[in-house]
Amino acid sequence: MASTAAAWSGQRPEQSWLSRKLDDRRVLAFLFMMPVTILLVTFLSYPLGLGVWLGFTDTRIGRDGIWIGLENYAYLFDDSVFWLSVFNTIVYTTLATVFKFGLGLWLALLLNHALPFKSLIRAIVLLPWIVPTVLSAIAFWWIYDPQFSIISYVLTKMGIIDTNIDFLGTAWNARFSLIAANVWRGIPFVAISLLAGLQTISPSLYEAAMIDGATAWERFVHVTVPMLMPILAVVLTFSVLFTFTDFQLVYAITRGGPNNATHLMATLAFQRAIPGGYLGEGAAIAVAMIPFLVASTIFSYVALARRKWQQGGSDD
Amino acid sequence: MTEASTEKAPVITAERSGVINWDSLPRRMMVVYVPLILFLLTLLFPFYWMVVTAFKSNAELYNYTDYSPFWIHSPTLEHINRLLFETDYPQWLWTTMLVAVCSTVLSLFVSVLAAYAVQRLRFKGSQWVGLAIYLAYLVPPSILFIPLATMIFKMGLYDSPLALILTYPTFLVPFCTWLLIGYFKSIPYELEECALIDGATRLQIMWKVTLPLAVPGLISAGIFAFTLSWNEFIYALAFIQSSEKKTVPVAVLTQLVEGDVYHWGSLMAGALLGSIPVALIYSFFVDYYVSSLTGAVKE
Repeated sequence: MASTAAAWSGQRPEQSWLSRKLDDRRVLAFLFMMPVTILLVTFLSYPLGLGVWLGFTDTRIGRDGIWIGLENYAYLFDDSVFWLSVFNTIVYTTLATVFKFGLGLWLALLLNHALPFKSLIRAIVLLPWIVPTVLSAIAFWWIYDPQFSIISYVLTKMGIIDTNIDFLGTAWNARFSLIAANVWRGIPFVAISLLAGLQTISPSLYEAAMIDGATAWERFVHVTVPMLMPILAVVLTFSVLFTFTDFQLVYAITRGGPNNATHLMATLAFQRAIPGGYLGEGAAIAVAMIPFLVASTIFSYVALARRKWQQGGSDD
Repeated sequence: MTEASTEKAPVITAERSGVINWDSLPRRMMVVYVPLILFLLTLLFPFYWMVVTAFKSNAELYNYTDYSPFWIHSPTLEHINRLLFETDYPQWLWTTMLVAVCSTVLSLFVSVLAAYAVQRLRFKGSQWVGLAIYLAYLVPPSILFIPLATMIFKMGLYDSPLALILTYPTFLVPFCTWLLIGYFKSIPYELEECALIDGATRLQIMWKVTLPLAVPGLISAGIFAFTLSWNEFIYALAFIQSSEKKTVPVAVLTQLVEGDVYHWGSLMAGALLGSIPVALIYSFFVDYYVSSLTGAVKE
C-alpha cells in the first residue's frame, strides 16, 4: 500500500541512480538489445559480409587471400560441375517441395478429421522431423544399400523386379532417392503447420458453402485453399529456403556422388572450401545461392501480400 | 461458388445426404483411415528398420535367405556393446549434450531480453528490429559456414566446443526471439500496468510478472533450441576435428565408417541412441510443442 501511495505522489521510495536509470524504458531497451545485437552482428551479419568478400579473393586454408575480383565467378561459370550442382539444387528443391506440399496437405486434411488417439498420431507424424536429420539419413543410407536394401528385397519377393535396384549408384536413381528421403523428413512440418491453419477455419464457412450447394471439392477450392493461403505462403518460404540450402541429407547419403550427380550448391561449396581448401571458391558458390534465396523469399511474400490485399488488407 | 449459389433447394438435400454418406463407416475407412495408416507406416518404417538392424547379429543381418529380414530371430546387444565400450560414443553424447545445453541457455537468455524489449518496451523502431530478427532466421548456415570457419580459426576457437556454443545461437536466437515475441504478445499488458501502478520497477515486473506467465513459451523455445542444436551438422563438421570433441551426428557419420567396412549394426545403434534424447523430450511435450508451433505459424 505504501508503494501505491508513493506511485501516486509521483515518487518512488529510495531509488538509487542506477535503479532509476534501469527503470527508464529507453535505457532498459538499449541494455536488453545489446546481447542480441552483439551476437548477431558478430556471428551473422559480419560473416555474411565476410563471405561475400571472400568470394572475391583467392583465400585458401592456412593462407590469406588477395582480391581477385570476379575470377572465382568466371571460373565457376566455365565449371560444368558447378552448373550440374545448380541444376541438381533446382530439381531437388522443386520436386521435393511439390511432393512435400502435396502429401503434407493431404495428411493435414486427414488429421483434421475427428480421430481416436489424436495425441499419439501427432507424435508419430512429428517423429521424422524431430530426429536429427543425419541420423535418419543414415537409416535411409542403409535402406538404399545396393545389396541389402529392404525395398529391393520386398519388390523381388513380390515379383516386380529381378535384380536389386542400384539406388545410389546411378545419377537419377540417386537424385530420386535423396528427394524421397527429403520428402519423408519434410512432410511432418508441412502437415502440422497446415493442420494448424485448417483448425483456424470457422466451421460456419463450410456450413454456408454447403447451404449454397457447394460440393466437397468446391468447398476445398473456395473455402479451404483461400483460408489456408497465408500459412501456406509462410511454410512454403521456409520449406523452399531450407530445401534449397540443404546440406546434411546429401552429405550423409551420397556426399555428392555418384560422379558429382547429386552435388547441391551447399555440398559443393563445402567440398571445395573445407576438404579442398579453396575457401574463396567455396564462398563464391555459397554467395551464388543468395540470389535464388532472395527471389524465392520475395516471391512467396508477394504472393502473401496479394492474398492479404484481396481479403481486405488489414486482417493479420 | 457464385454459380453454385444460384442453384436451388433440391441440390441442398442431395448434398446433405452426401454428408451422411461421407460419414458412413466403409467410406470413411477408405477415405480417411486407409491413407492415414499408410502415411503412419511410411513415416515410422525407417525407425523400425533402425531398431531391427541395431539388435540383429551380424550373421543374421546379411542373410536374407535363411532369415526373414523383418524380424529379429536372436536379438543381440553386440552392436550397442561395441558402440558404448569400443568407441568414443559416450564422449560424443557428452559433448553434444554440453554444446546443446550451453547454446540453449545462452540463446534463451539473449532471446528473452530481446523479445521483451521488442514486444513490451516498444522503443523507437522496435518493429523494424523484430523484422530484422525474423530475417536473420532466413539466413541459412550453409551460406555462413565458410566465413565463420575463417573467423573461428583466427579467434583460436577451432576444434573447441566453444566454437559451436557461440555459433549455434545464430540460428537459435532468431527463432526463439520470434517465438517469444508471439508469446509475450499473448500475455495481457494490463497485468504489467497494474504492477507498474503498484510501484514495481520494470525489472521487477519482467522478473515477477511476465516471465512466470511466460514459462510455457520459455519451455517450448528451450525445446526447440535444444533439438536444433542436437540436430546441427554443418558447423560441427566444419569446426571440429578431434574425434573425441565431435557431436553425435557428425561422429556417427565420420567415425563409425572404417574405410569400406560399414558396421551397419553399430551405425543403426548409434543413430538410434542419438535420437532417443530428443525423441524423449518431445514425447513429454508434444502437445505443448504442437500448440506453440501452431501459435508461431499463426503469427
